[in-house]
Amino acid sequence: MSFLQINNVWKSYGQAQILERLNLSIDQGEFISMVGASGCGKSTLLKMILGSEVATKGEISLEGKPLVAEPDAERGIVFQKYSVFPHMTVLQNVMVADEFTKSFLLGRCFGSARKQVKQKAESFIDAVGLTPAINKYPHQLSGGMQQRLAIAQALMKAPKILLLDEPFGALDPGIRADMHVLIRDIWKKNNLTIFMVTHDIKEGFELGSRVWVFDKVRHDPQAPMAYGAQVTYDLKLDTDKTPDIAALTQKIAVN
Amino acid sequence: MKRLMNIEPSRFWRTFLTIVPFIVIIALYWSASDARLAENPNDKLLPSFTQISSAIDRMAFTENKRTGEYLFWQDSAASLYRILLGITISAAIGLIIGLINGLLPGVRAGLSPLVTIASLVPPMAILPILFITFGLDELAKVMLIIIGTAPVIIRDMQSQVMQIPKEQLIKAQTLGASTWLVTIRVVLPQIMPKLLAAVRLSLGAAWLFLIAAEAIAAQEGLGYRIFLVRRYMAMDVILPYVAWITVLAFAMDFSLKKMSQVCFPWYHHQEASK
Repeated sequence: MSFLQINNVWKSYGQAQILERLNLSIDQGEFISMVGASGCGKSTLLKMILGSEVATKGEISLEGKPLVAEPDAERGIVFQKYSVFPHMTVLQNVMVADEFTKSFLLGRCFGSARKQVKQKAESFIDAVGLTPAINKYPHQLSGGMQQRLAIAQALMKAPKILLLDEPFGALDPGIRADMHVLIRDIWKKNNLTIFMVTHDIKEGFELGSRVWVFDKVRHDPQAPMAYGAQVTYDLKLDTDKTPDIAALTQKIAVN
Repeated sequence: MKRLMNIEPSRFWRTFLTIVPFIVIIALYWSASDARLAENPNDKLLPSFTQISSAIDRMAFTENKRTGEYLFWQDSAASLYRILLGITISAAIGLIIGLINGLLPGVRAGLSPLVTIASLVPPMAILPILFITFGLDELAKVMLIIIGTAPVIIRDMQSQVMQIPKEQLIKAQTLGASTWLVTIRVVLPQIMPKLLAAVRLSLGAAWLFLIAAEAIAAQEGLGYRIFLVRRYMAMDVILPYVAWITVLAFAMDFSLKKMSQVCFPWYHHQEASK
């Protein structure tokens, strides 16, 4: 039995068919890069795994059980932006992740419980390299630092799946490279299963252990919305070898 | 020579330019009042500053012969009590209903259209209903302030809650937060500064409703006094009362602003760095 199973999933918004006939199975510890043209439905699939969108037809199951139809602590998320809380400092932003589940009434811990949460939060802040900014508010951080903070928040819950929705799309190239090193390191250390949506094919191949390319197989010129996209390429990469990105990109572009 | 739109006055000039209009208005009033009083010493329309200060002395610093009270301070206390009570209740209602409406689609479907329609009912038009149902004492006046300002605050709070990025609410859920915890730890702290801003904006309307209600039925209050002495054309009392109401309104606005800056520094820094 695979870790995450996508069984004949279809998704449409009104008349527009977005995704069709998705049958995929994912093992624990895979890093899946989802690439494709904008509007091809890769983000929609990510949202369905997250639970903020529901499949029109078909089923996604996690460890044999159907996915919970709303976001929960099993699945962590890092969006391109707005994923951190602007009214909390870096430390508070990370601590709140545990306070949400430890204190049902106030969402705040006190005394020794607080000390424990604080220690854990500090270790995750250190892991993403934000210790010097621990008492700063998000608006005082750069884009890259905000994304590091969002990752630290997500890691606090030790999620089974980490979802990344164009996490580095708004960052400068230099900072992007640093973030690649960080996310790879986190993936290997925590044995996470990661899904990442990106519009940068190169990034997808660099980071992923498996790449899904989304595209429409059927096309009706009279009704462009009639058919949805499918995963046209499902490439498993040998992560130890550097893939020949140029050749692969060309292979995709030809079709 | 720089373009006009690029010329920023220095600190000194800014202060100077702030004061000048006030001095000009006082000077204009003084000369006009002088001219009228020279022609007719019994003129009541533009009393001199001496007449005004003796009226202030009479109202604020002399015991009322009949009751032994100081009318000015009694009026101020009555009006402040009504407006503070009204606006506080309004803010509380606005915050709670606006927050629930903004966050819970199920409640919003039922309540939001009602609030929109209620906010369009002219409060002054239902003042007679308030007097009939709540009597002529404090309750009706406070109710008018609440009915006049609460719907606007509710609507503003609702839209502010709905403007919080969806990403944040989803993120909180992936960190294990319940609806309640999202409300008190994510949404509430972020809309509190917006609530204070909304209350500041509705203060003007609150004063309008207060004075209107006092003018129609009251035994004391700043609005009541102004409309009472109007019968004697007592401009020497009306003018300082109006100035005093303005000072009170300014003080309330200023303290709300300061309160917001002290309690929510992250919000003001974030706005300033935008």
